[in-house]
Amino acid sequence: MKANWFSGLGLGLAAAATAVILGAAPAKAKTDLLVYTAVEADELKKFKTAFEKDYPDVNIKWVRDSTGIITSKLLAEKDNPQADIVWGVAATSLLLLSDHNYFQGYAPKGLEKLTKKYYDTANNPPLWVGQRAWIASVCFNTVEGEKHKLPVPKTWADLTKPVYKGHVIMPNPNSSGTGFLDVSSWIQLQGEDKAWKYMDALHENIARYTHSGSKPCKLAAKGEIPIGISFAYRGAKSKNAGAPLEVIAPDEGVGWDLESFGIVRNTKKLKAARALADWSVSKTAQEIYNEEYAVVAMPGVAKPVKNFPPGIEDKMIKNDFKWAAANRIRVLDEWRKRYDGKSEPKK
Amino acid sequence: MSEAAARAAAVIKPKVGSEDWIMRAVLVGIALYLTVSIVLPLYAILSKSFKNADGVFVGLANYAKFFSTPALFWSIENSLTVTLICCVIVVTLAFIYAYALTRTCMPLKSLFKGVALLPILMPSLLPAISLVYLFGNQGVIKDWLFGHEIYGPIGIVMGECFYVFPHVLTIMLIAMANSDARLYEASDALGASKIKTFFTVTLPGVRYGVVSAFFVCFTLVITDFGVPKVVGGKYNVLATDIYKQVVGRQDFEMGAVVSMILLLPAVFAFAADRIVQRRQVALLSARAVPFQPRKNPAVDMGMLAFCGAIGLVLVSVLAMACFASFAKFWPYDLTLSLKHYNFDLMDGGSWSAYHNSIELAAWTAVIGTAMVFTGAYLVEKSKGFHSGRAAMQLLCMVPMAVPGLVLGLAYVFFFNAPNNPLNVLYHTMPILVICTVTHFYTVAHLTAVTALKQLDAEFESVSRSLKVPFYKTFFRITVPVCMPAILDISMYLFVNAMTTVSAVVFLYSPDTALASIAILNMDDAGDVAPAAAMGMMIVATAAGVRLMHAGLTRGILARTQAWRTR
Repeated sequence: MKANWFSGLGLGLAAAATAVILGAAPAKAKTDLLVYTAVEADELKKFKTAFEKDYPDVNIKWVRDSTGIITSKLLAEKDNPQADIVWGVAATSLLLLSDHNYFQGYAPKGLEKLTKKYYDTANNPPLWVGQRAWIASVCFNTVEGEKHKLPVPKTWADLTKPVYKGHVIMPNPNSSGTGFLDVSSWIQLQGEDKAWKYMDALHENIARYTHSGSKPCKLAAKGEIPIGISFAYRGAKSKNAGAPLEVIAPDEGVGWDLESFGIVRNTKKLKAARALADWSVSKTAQEIYNEEYAVVAMPGVAKPVKNFPPGIEDKMIKNDFKWAAANRIRVLDEWRKRYDGKSEPKK
Repeated sequence: MSEAAARAAAVIKPKVGSEDWIMRAVLVGIALYLTVSIVLPLYAILSKSFKNADGVFVGLANYAKFFSTPALFWSIENSLTVTLICCVIVVTLAFIYAYALTRTCMPLKSLFKGVALLPILMPSLLPAISLVYLFGNQGVIKDWLFGHEIYGPIGIVMGECFYVFPHVLTIMLIAMANSDARLYEASDALGASKIKTFFTVTLPGVRYGVVSAFFVCFTLVITDFGVPKVVGGKYNVLATDIYKQVVGRQDFEMGAVVSMILLLPAVFAFAADRIVQRRQVALLSARAVPFQPRKNPAVDMGMLAFCGAIGLVLVSVLAMACFASFAKFWPYDLTLSLKHYNFDLMDGGSWSAYHNSIELAAWTAVIGTAMVFTGAYLVEKSKGFHSGRAAMQLLCMVPMAVPGLVLGLAYVFFFNAPNNPLNVLYHTMPILVICTVTHFYTVAHLTAVTALKQLDAEFESVSRSLKVPFYKTFFRITVPVCMPAILDISMYLFVNAMTTVSAVVFLYSPDTALASIAILNMDDAGDVAPAAAMGMMIVATAAGVRLMHAGLTRGILARTQAWRTR
């Protein structure tokens, strides 16, 4: 093609075009994989780097939002799903989505090494596979607690005491998966009637509801509100960063959910999606999960995580994902009816 | 009309040459653009509000649901309450501030004029974040609220007042500038006291300005979303409801209903403002003598104290956000650090969002300015085709009445429809540019029209008789003469594209995340300090562009506008 530039503009352009196409070809081989996730933003880069090191021909593109938002987004797109794989999203949400025929079954290589209760055993091959558990916790700011003379809460019931009025903040379960697992665990622990009564009482103490599940703990860390109902990872992370926090797992038991993945039924990037699935159950991945989370799907991998509440695993409730998924919308609507738009004039 | 008369009319009709056809074609082109970018999307959102999730027509069912859900319809009252309080406060303060700048001999006028414009440089999310640092539970001066909470109506009113102050002030300044010194002389000669003069001359003279300022303030506040999003707490307003319905619950139909309800007061305020402004023009007479303020130490010093206090508030809000963005771990470790500027580790942040914002702002400024100015030129200077030009003028006014959130949501419905061939634009940079250009079209258009009106129509007639094609006249006379206005328009579009949140919040994709949206998402995730940091990046950029604009304007004025002075 070297002489063509001078033999005529048309030929020159053709040659240039060919060069562009040829030049672009190797770069195109890298597959863009659209991954919908609810994993905390500060961890995403780490996962992307580690995965792409093992699978250099895949390029992960994250769409990240709170669990509730990602779930609604996926539901809104259910007729023409955009995502290739849903990854690091609550098992409750994945169960709900699989009712809409969202996923295709796939048994990633090494699935048999995972704890059975952490993946979909109702279907073979499974529609969703769990990665690690995130667990509800209460973040308590000791400096502000002392300032307001607040005793350290030990139980969920403690939080309804009048002394905490206006000092507690929790995520709105309509947008936050953490908020939903709290509500779901309270209902599973004490039955629906008692749970709503509990939430009515708690509502009196709540300063306001936040959009995301990590914000309550971040606010507690900053002392903006002394007590944040959030999850253990966020609490431990803030404490490690130097916040005057105590991370508490209330005695009655704590709600939890599984960060899980499922391959979307109509993906055009099946090979890349399966690559991510395989990688996600590998020991490498499980060890990365463990860097921040104490409970992961592969037994024997997890080492204690700094500043996680001690004994939190024993406090994890017996979580009925099926019930949670089936009742999610109903519970959320009831919650909104009771507590959202607290703007009404106090009578 | 009889046949003979019709023939007579046809005879005196000027010949439509090929030039006119070109001009008309371009005009129709721009009108088509506005139709596609605002009229059709508005129709899409209106029809959506009458349909259910499966697209079946359900009449008023969605509206019935809205009015039977207390959590939703109480927002109307909340919105109106904070908006009216805010308007009264801001219009009063801006009135005094403008009075000080135009009618007194207060020192440091240009400084105060500059300070008052600071809020224009930031998205409304930033002052709200700053309020949290000032008055939140860990706030520097939280005691000043006497135990009240910043999260709620108090915070919303404070934040909105800050945000709309420069907009209201600009209108007040224009209203105050147009005053007739002869009226004051007459009042003085008749022995009226200063106070009487104020009530019989000053106030009546600016009453239309005040009313207009009130309506603009009303529209801006009721449609703003940034402030209530951050400090609204449990106090729901219409603007945050749209966001909650659509982003939080993906209930697009209810989002459309709330949009329609929000559109009503905005349209009403807009229409009222247009009517009032028409009268304002009629009030000015050609023989008016510009008013020259006289020294009055007591008033001047009082005004200096007043403006100083307002200026101090404006600067402290910005300074607080700036400090918060550098403090390592508020409030426990206040050593300065740059760690919050490491956006790549934050939710929805990353530096690419900032770069996208610059790209969006640049495209908006370039394309928007070209289109707006050409459109305004054709409306003002082309011949004949009256119905077309009048229709175009009306189209140019529509964007002003449409709140950003409504526009953005309308785009989702219109551009994401599976059967719309334009849906390839969805989730791309071009749709953000189209949306932003359209969102800010009206003000830019009015600026261009004002500048063009100052140009004598003789230029066109002379060029025509000399057989110079219109585009030559356009590029060699109109554009250079109007250069200051063109620069104003491009800067206006650039700064607004940097700071806008409302319209684009429904339209960005992972690849086209924007800095202003990143502030929203980071604040949502609890990363408030990085949100403040991103806000400071926007302020710095917008301020830089403004300074560049000032320099350019000065240079161009010196080089091309010398004819204006003798």
